[in-house]
Amino acid sequence: MTLSVAIRHRFPGFSLDATFDAPDGVTALFGRSGSGKTCIVNAVAGLLLPGEGRISVDGRCLLDTGRGVFVAPHRRRIGCIFQEGRLFPHLTVRQNLRYGAWFAPRATRPEDFGRIVDLLGIGHLLDRRPGALSGGEKQRVAIGRALLARPKLILADEPLAALDEERKAEILPYFERLRDEVAVPILYVSHAVSEVARLATTVVALDAGRVVGQGPVAEVLGDPSVLPSGTRDAGAVLIATIAAHHADGLTELRAGGQPLFLPHLSQAVGSTIRVRIAAHEVILSRTRPEGLSALNILAGTVGEVRAGGGPGAIVALDTAAGRVLARITRRSAFALGIEKGVTAHAVIKSVSVAPGDIGTGRPGVTEA
Amino acid sequence: MTDWLTPEEWRAVALSLRVATVAVAASLPLGIAIAFLLARREFWGKQVLNGIVHLPLILPPVVTGYLLLLTFGRKGYLGQFLDEWFGIVFAFRWTGAALAAAVMGFPLMVRTIRLAIEAVDPKLEQAAGTLGASRPWVFLTVTLPLILPGVLAGAILAFAKAMGEFGATITFVSNIPGQTQTLPTAIYSFLQVPGGEAQAGRLVLVALAVAMAALLLSEWAGRRVARRISGA
Repeated sequence: MTLSVAIRHRFPGFSLDATFDAPDGVTALFGRSGSGKTCIVNAVAGLLLPGEGRISVDGRCLLDTGRGVFVAPHRRRIGCIFQEGRLFPHLTVRQNLRYGAWFAPRATRPEDFGRIVDLLGIGHLLDRRPGALSGGEKQRVAIGRALLARPKLILADEPLAALDEERKAEILPYFERLRDEVAVPILYVSHAVSEVARLATTVVALDAGRVVGQGPVAEVLGDPSVLPSGTRDAGAVLIATIAAHHADGLTELRAGGQPLFLPHLSQAVGSTIRVRIAAHEVILSRTRPEGLSALNILAGTVGEVRAGGGPGAIVALDTAAGRVLARITRRSAFALGIEKGVTAHAVIKSVSVAPGDIGTGRPGVTEA
Repeated sequence: MTDWLTPEEWRAVALSLRVATVAVAASLPLGIAIAFLLARREFWGKQVLNGIVHLPLILPPVVTGYLLLLTFGRKGYLGQFLDEWFGIVFAFRWTGAALAAAVMGFPLMVRTIRLAIEAVDPKLEQAAGTLGASRPWVFLTVTLPLILPGVLAGAILAFAKAMGEFGATITFVSNIPGQTQTLPTAIYSFLQVPGGEAQAGRLVLVALAVAMAALLLSEWAGRRVARRISGA
């Protein structure tokens, strides 16, 4: 286990009690605002001293209130990427990037500089100051600055929340490359399911200061009890490989042996990708539907039905391709007799999968 | 340069410049430290310290000068101690004028620097900490460069105050030509003598020029630093 956290802290009107382990790769701390994500991040970074608890990274104890251990933030070797970037305005991009190396000259390697600058595509910005950068550029520099301090762990606290959709789409691939090419574990805080679905290897779901689910991303995001009830952006993650690109503009995928058709993707045949299927884009049918325009029909067994406060319900359907979530009305669920254990078919329109919901997979952690 | 000022006038101008420069240079590190404490730390007695720093702004300068005389004069306990142990004498010396000027300018300096420190986002300092910088390094590499315009403004305000300080100076170190006679006390002396208006007038021009130069300098330096930070 790379990062191990067990903390309790009381705020006026809110208490945090969270225990989780984060293995290598990207661990997403996922929950609504106010669920305690930022408190956990601050405790790990050393910016908050929790009432009681233990935190260790790579076996090194950073906090143990029982033994009176508290490692100062600047000795923790944890790189932070903040929502607002927090670049130093009086330094150039180059000086910002080198800031961490000034304080850990032996830990840093000069050859990393060029590699990370290339990885993030910020070579042309080096002599500018942060005031002259766009939001997306600032965030890329912030990522580089954290990486170049050679941290043992990277904390990314809602790094995309301050950006518009276009900028988010610009930055997300860099985080994917970080996950796949740089061997630093990342604790990624987000309240956006789509970001978590694309990036996370492991998900720790939080609600009101408690951990309500943790495990591999497809497992946790496929569990309707973890998602905040009534959430509009529920959706499951399927891990698939690209089987073929067809002449009519469709790409054929295989997920658990099942064919899936999506609008043309740029990845090469054979590469692994992850696809998030939004629950509100999925239609359920008890019998195998015929004469439908939708190309993707997955048969499965209902694993769970969760009624929300409103007229809707989330149904989890276990198919050979993986778990699929469908958001339907409670009236339909009742009329069709949908309950745990019955068989059903999930209907997914090819064009309903948003391009932003397709990310690169990570071969090492592909679910079997 | 010297021929349009009499040697006596010139001595007063030179002494004033020296007094103001030494007063600012000596009090600046302490001013930054106290401004930082007041802006960023909570401690017992913070309001008392704040009050003491600001007292010279509110007290009549004569009272401040008299208190300095009681404390740092030859018979004052601090003055006696400094004289015996370090050979430093303030009473009726130009060093005393510098001390009086420093004390009178201190609240202006601390106020300005404190405002500058409060304008620095503590989140930037936190970010520097997570990159491995200890607190003193965070201050030197992040806080200090960002408050530089404020430090400069505070120093120039204090310098201007030191150039013009009258009440505390004349009470503490008197008005001895060549020793403790500064620009304002010299103007005052000339105005007491019939026919001294011309001499006083020349010194008034010098005072105006010095004040204007200080203001222009601070504007220029402030803009330069601001331009650097904004990245343009």
